[in-house]
Formats: sequence, structure tokens, C-alpha cells
Amino acid sequence: MPVEIDVDHVARLARLELTPEEKERLREQLGLILEHAAKVGEVAAEDVPPTAYAIPRSNVFRPDRPDAMLTQEAALANAPDAEDGRFRVPRIAETGS
Amino acid sequence: MTAELCDAGAWELGAKLDIGEITAAEVIESCLARVEEVEERVRAFLTLTPEVARERAAELDVHRASGAPRSPVAGIPLALKDVLATKGIRTTCGSQILEEYVPPYDATAWARLSGEGGVLVGKTNCDEFAMGSSTENSAFGPVHNPWDLSRVPGGSSGGSAAAVAAGEVVWALGTDTGGSVRQPAALCGVVGMKPTYGLVSRYGLIAFASSLDTVGTFTRGVRDAALLLGAIAGKDPRDATSLDDGPGRDYVGTLEKGVDGMRFGVVQEAFGEGVEPGVRDAVRAAVERISAMGGRVDEVSLPHADYGLSAYYLIAPSEASSNLARYDGVRYGLRVPDASDSIEMMARTRGAGFGAEVKRRVMLGTYALSAGYYEAYYGQAQKVRTLIIRDYERAFADHDVLISPTSPTTAFTIGERADDPMAMYLSDVFTIPANLAGVPAITIPCGLDANRLPVGVQLTGPVLAEATVLRAAHALEADLALALRPPLLAA
Repeated sequence: MPVEIDVDHVARLARLELTPEEKERLREQLGLILEHAAKVGEVAAEDVPPTAYAIPRSNVFRPDRPDAMLTQEAALANAPDAEDGRFRVPRIAETGS
Repeated sequence: MTAELCDAGAWELGAKLDIGEITAAEVIESCLARVEEVEERVRAFLTLTPEVARERAAELDVHRASGAPRSPVAGIPLALKDVLATKGIRTTCGSQILEEYVPPYDATAWARLSGEGGVLVGKTNCDEFAMGSSTENSAFGPVHNPWDLSRVPGGSSGGSAAAVAAGEVVWALGTDTGGSVRQPAALCGVVGMKPTYGLVSRYGLIAFASSLDTVGTFTRGVRDAALLLGAIAGKDPRDATSLDDGPGRDYVGTLEKGVDGMRFGVVQEAFGEGVEPGVRDAVRAAVERISAMGGRVDEVSLPHADYGLSAYYLIAPSEASSNLARYDGVRYGLRVPDASDSIEMMARTRGAGFGAEVKRRVMLGTYALSAGYYEAYYGQAQKVRTLIIRDYERAFADHDVLISPTSPTTAFTIGERADDPMAMYLSDVFTIPANLAGVPAITIPCGLDANRLPVGVQLTGPVLAEATVLRAAHALEADLALALRPPLLAA
């Protein structure tokens, strides 16, 4: 059975604006894809450990020394909007009165 | 169209460059002439860099005249999939959200080739953020397969595959997260190599699914694959998952050793329903050739491979939904104007900048990682990954190389699967398990189907057995002795 998902909720979590048509199509397609994907539950027994990386590595260190880095100008070169050496964004909080 | 310098192998060009029979300038002009001739029909590239290429070739010729030794990649024209960062050269990932993005740094794989005199012809088209199997998800239109322009080249690295098949470049890099090098290589009749996860640094590979992403090679022969892989492999302090240089880094030295006595396992699950007869027949014939050359062949089972597709379509979108959170309209890329606050700006920017497939996967991944569903989907998928790794371990206990078709079908027509995501996802059913297990795999052409479209056979080896896989592929390639030339170049 296709999986029912709350598309509005997921889109909010993903910070993704969708048109009503996109939402309808995604509700249908994701339901079918998840139905297929749920097959993983058929074989994944309790005693099988999960794998995050096929070739596990841990504690990879390198010397902590200064290296070449981006200039402020280079770091801001692709910014949609910048001001005084900073990324400029629309309002992020309610202004107090 | 007669065979030109641009149709030769890098090893062959290298030998002629070494003795001064040809110049790097002649080689790049040959490629640029081919681009001029076919690119309007193939559309493999998103950005061409002919001026930079000519300048680089000229420098190399001056350097060469001074008698300095030549690296195997020096003077060889190449293309890079447009998900590999190139300093000062636009890198779009096939997405509107990065249409104007000019990276301030080079991907390590490219930096290594550039440092040794590689000549960049341009950046190739691909499915948006490497999500797809046909290049139809590119925001900039699909690539056309040089074997039949009405068909897809495969994907996601379809532009790199098509550019190599058409002789626009001698070789190219792509990326392979679930088959995105091997499937397009198979559909375009070229050699595609996906190395062991971590053998090639991912630094500057714009992330899709970090635990699966690899940089791979497109070449017209196995010898070139060995040369190109040798040039980009190795530990990189900028990628903590990159592996130390081990023995076996010389992939060329063992190429000629043949397959006599080598143990091959034919993956029995890979010849069932959904595999086209033309594909099955060509791969079976290749298996017979291996046997005739003295390879010991029997059947092998990867019982959980069937679940690989399901696991992949949970793991890859989950990692993608996290990786793609960075496209928020703040530091680089598209920003939709006139939003009343930052949250609205981000949602509208992402809604406007991402295409349908990327939205689908971001939504899928966000859902699979969200509270209440994580264990049932992502957690279970990670367990399946363990089962697939165990399948390979069992298979490699008494086999050196596994054989299967690379893709169940040959190239399909543009538009044929565009509205059916599950049908599209099935293109990668035989390539995905190698990504989940991190093992190396190569595809080489093994014949043509009834429509005269190329078929690829996939050879898979255990972790870091690149030399073995390349050696087997080289023997099969030499025995088959196919002289494949797409009809586009026949006139």
C-alpha cells in the first residue's frame, strides 16, 4: 500500500516552497517510492548492525597548522548580497517595539 | 569522418608526444575541431574552455621542447563533470540554483590532473546534482547519445560519457553515487571505472550522498582507465574518508597478465526479469570469452542485492537532503528577491532553484530522517547495507571478480521514462550494490544489441582490488577486439 505522508509538514522541514500541483504529485510519487523502499524492513533483522560508511575510518587527524585560506573578498564573491564584508540577508527576527 | 588524434587513446597519444611526433597543440586542436563538428547535436558540455585549453597546450609544448619528462596525463584533453569544482570556471551541477556559481577552489582530482598538465576542454552536462540516470534532470536540457541522438546517454554523468564517445575529449571524469559513471559509460559504449570508495578524494566533488559518492573515469579503453585512475588516486588531507596510498597504485603494470586461473562469479540475480535479451546475450557471450581465455567461471549469488535499490533510495536521498541544505540563498547561488524574512527567502529560493527530481529526493530524504520515521527507513536501510557488504564478502571468499550486466537495458529514448521515477531508478539496479559496499567496478563495452546500441558488462572486485578488475577488463577488451565507433562519426 502506498505510504501516506504529510507533504506540507515535510516541505516545511526541508525549507522548500512547493506549488499545489507539486505537492499533489509528490504526495503520490513519494507514497509509491516509500512503499517500495519499505522492503528494507523485510530483511533488516534486530541483530544486523547498521553501516554508515562501507569503509569505516575513525579519528583521522592532520596537523593543526595554518594553511592557505580564502580572502574575505573571495569568500563573498558569490554572495547574492553583501555589505561591509558580511553576507546580507533579509530580516531574521521580529523587530522589537 | 576519418579517425583523428582526438579518437586515439591517451597512452597512444602519450607515446607520440614523448618522441615529439605530435604536439599538445595538435591534439587540442583535433578535439576542438571535433567539438565544433558534433557538439551542437550531442550537447555534452555546459561550459567550454577552449582559450584556457589552447594556452595550456602551448605551455606544455614549450616545456616539452626543453626536454623535461612528461606525465602520462600531460597534453591529454579532458572534460570534467560539472559537479567537480574548478577554480574560476563556472560550476553549475546542472542546476539553476548554481547557474552563476564560480568556485574559489579546485576539486582535488582536477587539481592533480591540472598539476600534471591535463588540458581542460570544458565542464560536462549532467543530471541536476548528479540525481538521475539520463541527464534529463539537467536544468539546461538533456545530452544526446552519440549512438542515436534521439536517445539518452545515461546519467548522471551523461555529458562526460557522450563527450568521450564522440571524441570531443580523450578522457573525462565523472562521479558515481549509484552508477552515474558506469551506467552512462555502458549506454555510450565507453569504459567507465568506479574506484573503491575513498580511493579518490571527494574534496571539491559537490556533495550528493557523502557515504556513496566517488569520482570515476571515462575512457575509450581500459589502459587509459588505469592511467587516469593512477593520476587521481591517493590520500588527500582535505578528505578524511580518503584512503592511504596502498600497494597496487600502479594499475598499468599488471594489465597484461591475463585471466588464466582467475576466478569469476556470474551474478545469477542479474539475468532475470527486466533485463533486455540483447543485453543478456552480449554479457553471456563475454562470459564465454573469459572462460575460453582460461578464466574459471561459475555462478554466484548476491541474495540481498535485490534490496539494494530500496536501501539506496533511502540512504542517498537522506544524505542529499542534509547536503543540499547549504543551498539557502545566503552565501552563494540563487536568491529569490523580495522575501519578507530569511525563512521565506530560503524556501522560495529552493522552490525556484531546484528541479523536480531534486525536490523529490530532498522531500524523500527529509521524510526518511524525520522524527518517528528514522528507524523504519534510514535505520533499516543501513542494516541492509551491512547485509549487502556481507554478500560481497561471501562472494569474494572464492572469487576474484564478479560479472553482471552494467544496466538492464541499452540507451532508452529521451522522454521515455521522464514521468516514471521508479522505472528510471531501475536503470541502476546492478550498479547500486557496489556503491553501498564501497567496492570497485568497471564497465566495458561487450557488443551491440539489435538496435546497434552498445551493451556494457560490469566487472566488480573486492575493496582496493582495482588492479585485478582492470587486468580482467583489459583481457576481455583485447579478446573482444570491438572497434566501436558511434554512427555520428561514421559519415
